[in-house]
Amino acid sequence: MPAPLIEMRGITKSFGAVKANEAVDLSVAPGEILGLLGENGAGKTTLMNVLFGAYAPDAGEILVQGQPVRITSSADALAAGIGMVHQHFHLAPRLTVLENLLIGIPGKSGRIDRAGGLARLAEIGRQHGLTLDPDLPVSALSVGEQQRLEIVKALFRGARLLILDEPTAVLAPSEVDGLFSALRSMAAQGLGIIFISHKLNEVRALTHRCTVLRHGRVAGRVDDPANTTSAAMAQLMCGHEIVPPARGPSTPGADVLTLDGISTSKHAGTVLRDVSLAVRAGEILGIAGVSGNGQRALAEVISGVRAPDAGRMTIAGQTVSRFSPREVQALGLGRIPEDRMTTGLVTNLPLADSMVLPRIGTAAFSAKGLLKPDAIRAFAEEQIKAYDIRCPGPMTRAGALSGGNLQKALLARELAFDPKVLIVSQPTRGLDIGAARFIHEKFLDMRAKGCGIIVIGEDLEELLVLCDRIAVMYEGRIVDTLGSAEATIARLGLLMTGAEGHS
Amino acid sequence: MSVVLEQIFQVGFLAAIIRIATPLAFATLGEMFSERAGVLNLGIEGIMLLCAMTGFTATSLSGSLWFGVLVAVLTGMLMGALHALFTVALGLSQHVCGIGVTLFSSGLAYFLYRLIFGQQSVPPAIKGFQTLPIPVLSDIPVLGPAVFNQFALVYMAIIAIPLAAFVLYRTPWGLSVRMVGENPRAADSAGVSVIATRFQAVILGGALMGLAGAFLSMAQFNAFTFGVVSGRGWVAIALVVFGRWDPWRSAGAALLFAFVDALQLRMQASGLGHIPYEAFLMLPFIFTIVAMAVMSRNAVAPSALLKPFRREER
Ligand SMILES: Nc1ncnc2c1ncn2[C@@H]1O[C@H](COP(=O)(O)OP(=O)(O)OP(=O)(O)O)[C@@H](O)[C@H]1O
Ligand SMILES: [Mg+2]
Repeated sequence: MPAPLIEMRGITKSFGAVKANEAVDLSVAPGEILGLLGENGAGKTTLMNVLFGAYAPDAGEILVQGQPVRITSSADALAAGIGMVHQHFHLAPRLTVLENLLIGIPGKSGRIDRAGGLARLAEIGRQHGLTLDPDLPVSALSVGEQQRLEIVKALFRGARLLILDEPTAVLAPSEVDGLFSALRSMAAQGLGIIFISHKLNEVRALTHRCTVLRHGRVAGRVDDPANTTSAAMAQLMCGHEIVPPARGPSTPGADVLTLDGISTSKHAGTVLRDVSLAVRAGEILGIAGVSGNGQRALAEVISGVRAPDAGRMTIAGQTVSRFSPREVQALGLGRIPEDRMTTGLVTNLPLADSMVLPRIGTAAFSAKGLLKPDAIRAFAEEQIKAYDIRCPGPMTRAGALSGGNLQKALLARELAFDPKVLIVSQPTRGLDIGAARFIHEKFLDMRAKGCGIIVIGEDLEELLVLCDRIAVMYEGRIVDTLGSAEATIARLGLLMTGAEGHS
Repeated sequence: MSVVLEQIFQVGFLAAIIRIATPLAFATLGEMFSERAGVLNLGIEGIMLLCAMTGFTATSLSGSLWFGVLVAVLTGMLMGALHALFTVALGLSQHVCGIGVTLFSSGLAYFLYRLIFGQQSVPPAIKGFQTLPIPVLSDIPVLGPAVFNQFALVYMAIIAIPLAAFVLYRTPWGLSVRMVGENPRAADSAGVSVIATRFQAVILGGALMGLAGAFLSMAQFNAFTFGVVSGRGWVAIALVVFGRWDPWRSAGAALLFAFVDALQLRMQASGLGHIPYEAFLMLPFIFTIVAMAVMSRNAVAPSALLKPFRREER
């Protein structure tokens, strides 16, 4: 094996009482793709932020090509040839692609070196198939393109090691292939790559070697991921076996949610066109589709955030008249939005406050216009225990939680009030398999209790495991609905591209 | 009304607009640089007053106008650094610190002025800047005498506008300023120091506010009075929004405000005497509020405005 490109030795990093990393060793060779695995909150992002100079480690050292280096800022890391694509992108949406690329690059005779930038951009595009329009504002790019820009940004700065923190969590399945071929092309040219993902089949397909973290420590290494089973990796990550949940036959009852001819207009994104669907009690309905085909508008209408221009919606037999989140909630709808950070929780408030937010006005949490802090706290503490949410306590700032724990908190918040209908978007995006399994089990429990559930998602494997029926959305319409017996990845995939349904 | 119309098309009126616009343009550009980097500087009103005072004092003691301007600029930079120390380095509330800086600077200006000049029945004055006609250009009819027969500081303001646009949009430093104002984390991970860039932008802003103050006490009034700024700093903050954080638009906003102000001055003087003059004084401010309401509906502030940057927070 060639000498390591980067070596981290004995890295320890704490946030207050939380030991995010403890004596972690890790190395990457040139041309190697290293998988970094671990449960949510295992410390993967923290470790990479230490390597990239964003966090100062409490102990440990970093060696670049055998030489110890001090990395105290991202500028140091970039100078040492380390580039990083963060979980949440570091881009300025209102600036152009080229401006985001050229930030921090010295100019030519006092000016921004536009010509030089364009030339480098074109060259990187040719080498790895990563093309971008330089003058578009970043806000006009799709998520996949923004990620491409982040990768190009790192290469532009001469990175020899590229860190990707859960790059596939935000991509549609078709985009993942493009990313992988670019990463393979970079590795073939001698770059080192650190790849973080919770999707073990991706890890097995892409990486040459894996390091597994558990509770901040190295739990083990995998030398031949392609020939190691996902189950074995999962066991290494969680410390115990993960068994897939069994979905028993369903005994659906009456309709708990119906949409009849719902159409929307006048808003950014895809509009809904004459959408009709029904969810029965004790049934899980999947909504499959490439993102951007109206799923967001559908979720917003159902959760009362947006009123449709035409059509009728009923919840538990009652017609929704005014379309407000409060009204649909009162009728028995629970929701877990797609973006946990912006529409899910208030990241600057204590977790406990966020967990009661939708029901803050109910008698359980307030009386005579005053909050009941003890009740709020007690509720949060109870849920934290029941759902094993890992955090220092109910008064922790919600934003400090890891993605998986945020999702558990949201789920706990909605399920605690026994909704008749639950709508969730991308329920396990960014979650480790243990956490994903836990969420799936909760859904199946709710189904058994007679709750109707709508799962909007892009991960077809997940939908196939969970759903009794799967509807496919394309350009704001429901093109077809398949029962679990007739649904296959191939058929769904075809419908998602707009090929006609059979009906 | 025809009297008013007549006035508008006079050379003197045009010259007056430009003269009124000059300190506003400096102040607006200064505030704009600060805000583009993500730092609201509510200290502007006090900083302008203090700079008007220090510039005036330095000139009256040394006899050199340009030395006075230099002192005013340095004062502005110092106060900018003070504001940046609180808001950027320590990450304190920009609103509170800005108001603090205004109160502190105003108090300091009064105090030092009294200390140096005592209480005099006739306030001391200096021989301020004289108009500096530019050969050839000042002979152009109408435009010549209005634009090219002005104080040197006016020419500086005219040059400052395209220069500010160039710096902001064409230089690597300007890109860094815009980036730290939009997404400091992105700048940080690209190796740009957010703290340093914000400090520099706020200090540059302070320097421009210093020029605004110097103009008031050394070209416009040739004396320092406690009302020398009288709300121009606050107006500049509104003009930045009105100008959508862009140098050209901000300067345009300053010019428009100056037009309304010059107009109301003329209206006061032009025999519409039965209306109390305070009503005319309100005009430019009413205009600002209306213009802001109409024009800035879809103006978007820099995303990271008011947000301190701390690296290890998420
Ligand atoms: N900036 C921070 N302030 C406080 N605590 C933090 C911070 N960053 C991380 N932590 C804590 O450190 C631990 C490790 O978090 P980290 O984000 O590294 O996990 P991760 O492995 O990347 O998880 P995920 O798979 O959910 O992204 C968690 O307990 C988290 O709450
Ligand atoms: Mg992470």
